[in-house]
Amino acid sequence: MTAPITTVAMPVTITINGEARDLAVAPFRTLLDVLRNEAGLTGTKKGCDVGDCGACTVLLDGEPVNACLVLAVEVDGRAVTTIEGIAPEPDRLHPLQESFMALGASQCGFCTPGIIVMAKALLDRNPDPTEDEIRFGLAGNICRCTGYTKIVEAIRATARQMAAAGQPRE
Amino acid sequence: MHPFAYFEPTTLDETVALLARHGRTADLMAGGTDLLVEIKEQIRRPAAVINLKKIPGLADLTCDAATGLRIGALVTVRTIETSAEVQKLYPALAQAARDIGSIQIRTRATIAGNVCRASPSADTLPPLIAYGGRIEMVGPSGPRSIALESFFTGPGKTALADGEIVTALVLPPQPEQAGSDYIKHGRRKAMELATVGVAVALRRDGGVCRDVRIVLGAVAPTPIRARAAEVLLEGSTPDETTIAAAGCAARGESRPISNVRASADYRRAMVDVLTRRAVAAAWERTR
Ligand code: FES
Ligand code: FES
Repeated sequence: MTAPITTVAMPVTITINGEARDLAVAPFRTLLDVLRNEAGLTGTKKGCDVGDCGACTVLLDGEPVNACLVLAVEVDGRAVTTIEGIAPEPDRLHPLQESFMALGASQCGFCTPGIIVMAKALLDRNPDPTEDEIRFGLAGNICRCTGYTKIVEAIRATARQMAAAGQPRE
Repeated sequence: MHPFAYFEPTTLDETVALLARHGRTADLMAGGTDLLVEIKEQIRRPAAVINLKKIPGLADLTCDAATGLRIGALVTVRTIETSAEVQKLYPALAQAARDIGSIQIRTRATIAGNVCRASPSADTLPPLIAYGGRIEMVGPSGPRSIALESFFTGPGKTALADGEIVTALVLPPQPEQAGSDYIKHGRRKAMELATVGVAVALRRDGGVCRDVRIVLGAVAPTPIRARAAEVLLEGSTPDETTIAAAGCAARGESRPISNVRASADYRRAMVDVLTRRAVAAAWERTR
């Protein structure tokens, strides 16, 4: 019989952006709150906290999820990638980040980390998406500022650049 | 979120025992995309959450032409949406999966969770019923299985007894020359609940259709068969006149309510239109 895990904090090890982190979390805390508070990574945003806005999008073992709808205790032993972890090296940005800046795809910026992480997940699966595929893929990411046009353009531009550069999609 | 005790059982027996011990104060969690929202919004206040994800085998999916489709209770909506076999053999289910929420939600949400939630507008229910699906459960008195068609008893209500856990959804193999379709109608293309959903499954027998099943979603307290429409099509050639009559019959069988998403009249009109389109599309796929 599994020991009844009570409401008290339990130890978990989560690999966050490649680094194993030992944390103590109560079972009713979300991955989003634990990333922002215990792990000190505030790039992942809390918009709605109920799965509607996508601001909290992170990769869990490479797949995009709403961190607000994942219990942190469930992620024990697994790998999480946040916006802080997608740059290839400390002083270089991910091509998506470069394109978002160059093409003005971010205004207030609140949706941007979630959208860039989601866009990375899309490009990982489909390196050359059409506009329709990008819009379908971003259905769960809400932006109040840009009207989405520049976001779609930035993702398409990134796809073209990465194809031209023959870069591995890290 | 309010505090709850948390369990990660690793066998079905252990889960059944936990449920027996905690009774209705415990909630089962598969994907968690509905449960955690309901806890946050204080619609539910479970004393215990029992996470099913550590039970081996529950995430298994098998799909083949000879044996049919078996969807373990932990199979995600995204897995169904992206499975090439499911897309080929059960296209209406793959389409319904694609129509749910966002990729982030579908990556976590499970088909069995969508079924147990028993929302009248749930997208996967009409195709699962149209394909003649069954649901397998296990409880204190052992395993049992029933037709999905009789599983839903009202909005949010099912035939699942206290202490029982859903283990799998099982769809029979598709007949020769099968055709099916699911069409969802909403106010926007994604992140939307269905205003009306129509699933059709049938097979071609020479120039006529057989074994016609038409299931309507979001127009009654549970998904419903449009039996009068099915009878009109059974053994007939689905030409324009017959399809129009079937649409009209399905419209008459729907019992929608008016709410913030649509009026009852509008829903009835859309049942007519979508039934005609779904029958035509399913027939087209039999070729
Ligand atoms: S904060 Fe998670 S989806 Fe909005
Ligand atoms: S840039 Fe402001 S919400 Fe998207």
